[in-house]
Amino acid sequence: MKGGRTLRVVVTTIVALLLVVALWEGYKWMGGQTDDHWPGTSIELPTSTDDLTMPHATDIAGELFEEVRDGRARLPLYLFLLKKGWYTFQEAAIGFSFGLAIGLGLAILMLRWRVAERGLLPWINVSQTVPLIALAPIIVTWGRLNDIPDILSISLIATYLTFFPVAVSALRGLQSPDTAHLELMRSYAAPWRTTLFKLRLPAARAYLFPALKLAATLSVVGAIVGEISIGTKTGLGRAILEYAQRYAVSPERLYASVVGAAILGLSVFGMVNLAERLVMKRTEGVERADRVAA
Amino acid sequence: MSGYVESEAAVVIDGVDKVFNAGSLDEVTALSGIDLTIGAGEFVSLIGPSGCGKSTLLRLIGDLLTPSTGKVTVFGKPAHGARLDQDYGMVFQHAGLFDWRRVAANIELPLELRGWSRADRAARSAEMLDLVKLPDFGGHYPRQLSGGMQQRVSIARALSFQPKLLLMDEPFGALDEMTREHMQLELLRIWRETGTTVVFVTHSIPESTFLSSRVVVLSPRPGRINSIVDVDLGERTDDTREDPAFFAKATEVREALRADEVGA
Repeated sequence: MKGGRTLRVVVTTIVALLLVVALWEGYKWMGGQTDDHWPGTSIELPTSTDDLTMPHATDIAGELFEEVRDGRARLPLYLFLLKKGWYTFQEAAIGFSFGLAIGLGLAILMLRWRVAERGLLPWINVSQTVPLIALAPIIVTWGRLNDIPDILSISLIATYLTFFPVAVSALRGLQSPDTAHLELMRSYAAPWRTTLFKLRLPAARAYLFPALKLAATLSVVGAIVGEISIGTKTGLGRAILEYAQRYAVSPERLYASVVGAAILGLSVFGMVNLAERLVMKRTEGVERADRVAA
Repeated sequence: MSGYVESEAAVVIDGVDKVFNAGSLDEVTALSGIDLTIGAGEFVSLIGPSGCGKSTLLRLIGDLLTPSTGKVTVFGKPAHGARLDQDYGMVFQHAGLFDWRRVAANIELPLELRGWSRADRAARSAEMLDLVKLPDFGGHYPRQLSGGMQQRVSIARALSFQPKLLLMDEPFGALDEMTREHMQLELLRIWRETGTTVVFVTHSIPESTFLSSRVVVLSPRPGRINSIVDVDLGERTDDTREDPAFFAKATEVREALRADEVGA
């Protein structure tokens, strides 16, 4: 059963990928036939389909094996992106961990003291209305003044995006046990901390994981935006920025690095998915032994 | 029949009123002037129409609520102290098992909180699973069990630390009739085997008559004890349900409930 499931995921992924490529190439081919108009009409297509705007999927894939310069060394683009991606991944991972810790901490604080919920929740909501692009340079400048390495500053930017979904969903999850469960713990004279660890936190997991998947992809977005906005010398964000400036020369390269960023986002999403399956599998997918003895 | 000596009393309720939201526009007097003594080892049912405060009364005994006036004594100490000493086990209408724990781990929860060793817990939960006749289900998850089976696990959990008092809030209310009758017999067997005191909230006349040694009939809002029906039907079996003496007692309980309606 388990092997079949993995195979299904792999097949679905490949089919989905081929579908995207087919759509891309089909649209491009159609544009070539009709001089960028919808067939049989004089309505222009929303985007031009020439090789500069939409390079062939094969060219983008091929570009991954072209050699690029990395400092003094020369290496294929896919290795270069992998290296930069690893750096970005680290920033995202640190940012994600901080976000998880801060979000959980805030949720527990708000659970423990109603006053904290009333006082903090509006600020937590407001925090997300500040544009990241405006905030990033402030964080970095402040970081450099305090001798904090750029990688940490970028992680903080990712944290800023990730703590929010964690805090909000964790609070909901911690408040999710029903009265009977809480009365049960009260009947055991269980102290608040015991109720937190034995009841509220386990019950919160089902609420937390969807938010963690969102937070994981947001942490990658945060890291890349952070890199771009502070002009760091490495990371995927840097690569994207550089290739964007040389778009007219080799558009394939920018597309390839965007694909790299997407793959990074998908991998962290997959990691959280895997963690969820490991943590939650014990209560899910079990067959019912209904009405055997009742 | 109920000639229990004061010192043997499991629960003494003395002049208890319960008012919710006192002083506010939505003030509700849930219970008024409740006096009741429940002897150790007794099986007492609290019956009344919805909203008569029978669940509130149960929660006052368990110190999940505090009385507005009067006092509740459990095994000679204030209800609050009895809760801190974990003198009672509680069973709710919905089994209230923790989905993420296996059946055995659910039963062991109160033992875990009391700091029992792993081996002792495992031994006790196995014992409890035998008691509720689910010996092979310790490794299952609650969602894999039917409603009746879950409720047995919930009873096993409540009894796992051998409390002298079992508080049950409409525990069979969500079960189908067949399962319900079966569970009633099982509960009586467990009650006889463990010698625990049971306070049982229900709104079913036959259920209260079948199970209890005394049925406490409550009137609707504000809840008052209208009358107490002594039930002496000897050892219950499935045949008891068709016994004329059982019908006579059920009728007595029914009339006590009706007397309220007229009075109200």
